[in-house]
Amino acid sequence: MKALKELSGVAAPLPMINVDTDMIIPKQYLKTIGRSGLGKGLFHSMRYNDDGSDNPSFVLNQEAYKNASILIAGDNFGCGSSREHAAWAIEDFGIRCVIAPSFSDIFYNNAFKNGMLLIRLPQEQIEDLTRQAEYGANAVFSVDLDSQTVTAPDGATHTFEIDDFRKHCLLNGLDEIALTLEKDSKISSFEKDKASAHSWLTPAA
Amino acid sequence: MQAKTLYDKIWDAHVVTTEPDGTCLIYIDRHLVHEVTSAQAFEGLRIGNRKVRRPELTLAVVDHNIPTSDRSGGINDPESKLQVDTLRDNTKEFGVEYYNEHDIRQGIVHIIGPEQGFTLPGTTVVCGDSHTATHGAFGALAHGIGTSEVEHVLASQTLLQNKSKNMLVKVNGKLGVGVTAKDLTLAVIAKTGTAGGTGHVIEYAGEAIRNLTMEGRMTLCNMAIEGGARAGLVAPDETTFEYLKGRPMAPKGKDWDEAVAYWKTLKSDKDAHFDAIIELDAAEIAPVVTWGTSPEDALAITEVVPAPEDFADEHKQAAAKRSLEYMGLQAGTPLSSIPIDRVFIGSCTNGRIEDLRAVARVVEGKTIAANINAMVVPGSGLVKKQAEDEGIADILKAAGFDWREPGCSMCLGMNPDRLEPGERCASTSNRNFEGRQGHGGRTHLMSPAMAAAAAITGHLTDVRELEATASGGTTT
Repeated sequence: MKALKELSGVAAPLPMINVDTDMIIPKQYLKTIGRSGLGKGLFHSMRYNDDGSDNPSFVLNQEAYKNASILIAGDNFGCGSSREHAAWAIEDFGIRCVIAPSFSDIFYNNAFKNGMLLIRLPQEQIEDLTRQAEYGANAVFSVDLDSQTVTAPDGATHTFEIDDFRKHCLLNGLDEIALTLEKDSKISSFEKDKASAHSWLTPAA
Repeated sequence: MQAKTLYDKIWDAHVVTTEPDGTCLIYIDRHLVHEVTSAQAFEGLRIGNRKVRRPELTLAVVDHNIPTSDRSGGINDPESKLQVDTLRDNTKEFGVEYYNEHDIRQGIVHIIGPEQGFTLPGTTVVCGDSHTATHGAFGALAHGIGTSEVEHVLASQTLLQNKSKNMLVKVNGKLGVGVTAKDLTLAVIAKTGTAGGTGHVIEYAGEAIRNLTMEGRMTLCNMAIEGGARAGLVAPDETTFEYLKGRPMAPKGKDWDEAVAYWKTLKSDKDAHFDAIIELDAAEIAPVVTWGTSPEDALAITEVVPAPEDFADEHKQAAAKRSLEYMGLQAGTPLSSIPIDRVFIGSCTNGRIEDLRAVARVVEGKTIAANINAMVVPGSGLVKKQAEDEGIADILKAAGFDWREPGCSMCLGMNPDRLEPGERCASTSNRNFEGRQGHGGRTHLMSPAMAAAAAITGHLTDVRELEATASGGTTT
């Protein structure tokens, strides 16, 4: 996965609660057998009119936010389906950081596996950041993973929490599967113990 | 020894290694795979020159994309066909058991796992699908994962996880007549909100839960994810063992006896600590329908459509306003007066034999309302056959229902089954999100019995009243 240490850019405000993964990337984009190119389907039904033209009132269609690299969203972002296509679509659009009061558990994991940084901040801080993001292209946010801080356009710094292991993997762009396979002998001995204690665990058919 | 919850016990039995910050490598006993979220994972294995570590612990099936009409002639949609063919080829290449669309064992991944006895108590079960929570009904720690994690499990039979918090949902007393597991699970979500369970594993307990059949428990746990919890759990008991005994992939003989002895230890200790506890009185739960575009927008059928200003929180007010516009509903409208166009019976939430029996009980000898299109999609080929053998299919067909082939169908509309813009549907599925069942489609979630009642009257209906009318006005 791609490493992410720091990021500066415009933040698109999307102050809606419960933005679900069907909203982030609808079903017609799930038939792909690849991972790339999903940015065009991001937020499809909010972003496009029925005739396929851009809906000018949607934030990512506004000139100031077309190159946004950060999204500031409402509570419970990414709820619903486990489709990793949601993370792929956001990343493909060019957004590598989402800031919200909370995220669904599955989406949170999926995003980090794709080199994205998700930041949880308290509701009142999100409201402050959303107001500042509404200034558009003049409002530049900076995110620093090492110091676990978001610096808002007004210069105020907000600290966020992240698990050390997750941070380490993202800072260094580590391949988690390779890391796990280094523990092969531990996995094998776990399997051996399990097989002797619980022979019923092997499927009968 | 410290008292443990059921979740603590299953977790502890699966930790392979622990990082200094508490992140654990968890062993995965059962992995279910379907066509939509696996192609990129198998491709990742090929690129990394990796194998599937233990192919016998993975079971693959097609469900999301396949048509539910006659499919003997193949799949017309070229993209769906490519995804299905890709799964067939990948499972062959990597040596994974696969049920194709012509296999009678084929069905929705969360129906066939339990049906085959692949899902067992005390195991860890994952699948690239959020409704994997379903398998928690057996006292298995089961949750959805993304495609990167599917690849991780295929390659290593493990998953990197942080332990969740423990939540107890205790439902005391007995459910009333006409009130089902679906009403119960929606009532819980209405109480906790869709983010209430985030970061938690829910254990469901109490008299009303103990009295549920396995089908009911699966419906309940299936929607734990709609309450934000990755997993729901019900401690295994005799109901569980009776369901599993003799299933094709369940343990046999001496293995069965040893397994049951172990499974009987799988319950929360008396003094175990829960980070959050929610209690409900089953008798207070009425048949529930949703009015909005989030599963937490659930109310008793006897209520009216709420107004945005009924909510205290400004974000909820904005969400309610948007929901009412999308759903084309006016505040104050009695829920039971809302007319519908379509009925969908099926999905991993309510596509099991007991669900189809419930529908048959309501519609037997009746005919669906004029202009209603009502479809029944059995959860698996075996559910379909059983329903046909029991005469349920004949009852449903005689009432005017369209009897289909098994699959996910209009729960998410990846196949040709979907709502047209503006169409309103009484649905037994799990998500009423905007566009979920088709662009512009309007979904009301409810139980199979309630959806059956709506099919008969043509509007959302309290099934208890319909049944009271049928039995001469008396209620039981």
